[in-house]
Amino acid sequence: MAFKIIEGCVNCWACEPLCPSQAIYEAQPHFLTDARKCTECEGDFLHPQCATICPIEGVILDGVGLAVNPPGSLTGIPPERMAAAMAEIQAR
Amino acid sequence: MELKVLGQDTPAAPSPGGGCASSGCGGNSDHLAHLPEAIREKVHNHPCYSEEAHHHYARMHVAVAPACNIQCHYCNRKYDCANESRPGVVSELLTPDQAVTKVMAVAASIPQMTVLGIAGPGDPLANPERTLSTFRQLSEKAPDIKLCVSTNGLALPALVDELCQHNIDHVTITINCVDPEVGAQIYPWVFWNNRRIRGVEGAKILIEQQQKGLEMLVERGVLVKVNSVMIPGVNEEHLKEVSEVVKAKGAFLHNVMPLIAEAEHGTFYGIMGQRGPTHAELQALQDECAGDMNMMRHCRQCRADAVGLLGEDRGDEFTMDKIAEMEIDYGKAMETRKQVHEAIEADREAQRQRAGQCFVSLTELGGVARKETRPMLMAVATEGHGLINQHFGHAREFLIYEASATDVRFIGHRKVDLYCSGGDTCGDAETALQKTIRTLEGCEAVLCSKIGFEPWGMLEEAGIMPNGEHAMEPIEEAVAAVYREMAKDGRLDAQAPETLRMRA
Repeated sequence: MAFKIIEGCVNCWACEPLCPSQAIYEAQPHFLTDARKCTECEGDFLHPQCATICPIEGVILDGVGLAVNPPGSLTGIPPERMAAAMAEIQAR
Repeated sequence: MELKVLGQDTPAAPSPGGGCASSGCGGNSDHLAHLPEAIREKVHNHPCYSEEAHHHYARMHVAVAPACNIQCHYCNRKYDCANESRPGVVSELLTPDQAVTKVMAVAASIPQMTVLGIAGPGDPLANPERTLSTFRQLSEKAPDIKLCVSTNGLALPALVDELCQHNIDHVTITINCVDPEVGAQIYPWVFWNNRRIRGVEGAKILIEQQQKGLEMLVERGVLVKVNSVMIPGVNEEHLKEVSEVVKAKGAFLHNVMPLIAEAEHGTFYGIMGQRGPTHAELQALQDECAGDMNMMRHCRQCRADAVGLLGEDRGDEFTMDKIAEMEIDYGKAMETRKQVHEAIEADREAQRQRAGQCFVSLTELGGVARKETRPMLMAVATEGHGLINQHFGHAREFLIYEASATDVRFIGHRKVDLYCSGGDTCGDAETALQKTIRTLEGCEAVLCSKIGFEPWGMLEEAGIMPNGEHAMEPIEEAVAAVYREMAKDGRLDAQAPETLRMRA
C-alpha cells in the first residue's frame, strides 16, 4: 500500500525531507510519491509523516484512495461555509 | 498647554549618532533615540526597525522557504498569487542559489537596499537547509547587507546557535499570545515531534518554544522584534500582556499589525467573517502597548518576496529571467552603495538640523495665540527620502502624522488600494477617489506635491484641507508648518468633533 499526492499540492516541500523512505520527489505540476518506496511510515512513525505535516486538505490519499486530511480537517473551515463563500465571490 | 522650547527645557546633548534624545523633539522621528548606542547603530539604516530609515533605505525578501510547521487562521498556504500583497504570498519560489543571485542583482540596481530578510512564504526555520544556505552564501558574497529572518518561533530554540553562526543580528518572532487558550483560537495545529498537535495543547507548545527562543536570542545579543497580529475579539486585550512579557524578556521593538482577512484570501478568518481592526482600534492598542516599549507603526506587512522601499514593490523588475540578463560587478556595486549610503546619511543629518530649527519656531505660536491648540491628524503623500514629493493621485498609501503644539508624531500608514487588487470588494458605485477620501477619514489636511482640481474640491467637501504648498520639503517640517498656519487661523482652538477624533 502507498500514499499518493494528487492535484492541489502547492509544492511547499514540507513533506519531502520527512519521508523515512525517500519516497517523495519533486515533479511538475506537483510533488509525487514513489509507490514502490512508500511504506506508509510503517515501522518508522506512528503517523504517516507526509500527511501529518501537509497543510492542504484532500491532496494526500491513503492506500485505499481516501483523503487523509478531508475538507475542513486542517483549516477548521466547515466545507459548506467554504462553498457558500466561494459561491458568493463568484457571483460578484 | 505648555509650549516647549527645544534645547532649553531638556538638556538633550546631541548624541554621536546624531539626533536628539528628548521625546518631544522634532528630530526624534524615530522613537528609538533612547536606545543604547550599540542598538541604534544596528538599526539606524534598517527600514523595518527604524521609522526614519524607512523613508530612505530599501529592503528585500527572498522566497526560499515554502514549508511551514504550523497553521495560522489568518494564513492560506496556497501562497502563489500575483495580485495579493500580504505576508505569506509570493510569485516565484527560489532556490538558495537563485536567491543569492537575485540579492546581488537587486543590491547592485537599488543601492539603497540595506536589508535582506527571509520571511517565507512558509516559516524560514521550518526550511533550515534552504534558509541557512542562503544566509551562509550571502554573508560571504555580500558582507555589506544586513541579514534578518522572521519566524513563528516553533523551531527557533533548536536553530538559535546555527543562526548566530551566520551573522544574523535581527530576528522577528510573531507572537500573538502567551496564553494557550487564546492561542487555540489562532492556531488550529502545530507539527511537533512528528505529530500534528491540535488545539490548546498545540498552542502551548508553540508559546513555550517562542518564549524560549526569545530568551536564547537575547542571551546571545541578537536583536529581537516581536510581531503581533491584532485580531479583534480574539487577542486585542491580551496583546497588552504580550507586550509586557516580551519586553521583560528583552525584545527591543513590538510591532502590532492589523489582521488582514478577506473572504477571497480563503483563510479561516476571511471565510468565517472575522473582521480586522479599524484604524482607531489599532492606534489605540499601539498607544497602550507603547507605554511599555518601542512600538513600531510603519510596518507594511510585506509579501515574502517584496523588493524596494517599504510600501513599494519592485519585485517585477527582478524576476529570474530578467536577472539572468543583468551583468553584475558586485565589487563596484559595493563602492556605489557605500557612496549612496553616505549621501543619505548627510541628507538625514541636514533634515534633522532643519527639523530642530523648525520646532523652535513652532514655539513662536506662543506670541501669536496663547490659546491651547488641539492636536490633529495630517496625511502625507511621499515617494521616500522623507519628503513631500508625491502627486495626490499617484499615492498608493498615505503616511499619517499627528501634529500638536509640542511635536509631530508618526502614527501609521493607510493604503489606498487595499490588499487584494484582484477584485472589487468595496461595493458598487464608489469611485477610486471616493475610496481614497474615505481612507483619509479623521485627517484634517493632506500634504502632497501636487493635486488635481477635482480631488481638491472633493477633499474640501469632506473636511480635509488639501495642501500642495510644501512640495519637496521634509515631511515633519511641513507638517509643523501647516499646523502652525492652521493654529494661527484659529482653526485648532476648539476640540475637534468627537467623531472625527475617534475615527482617527
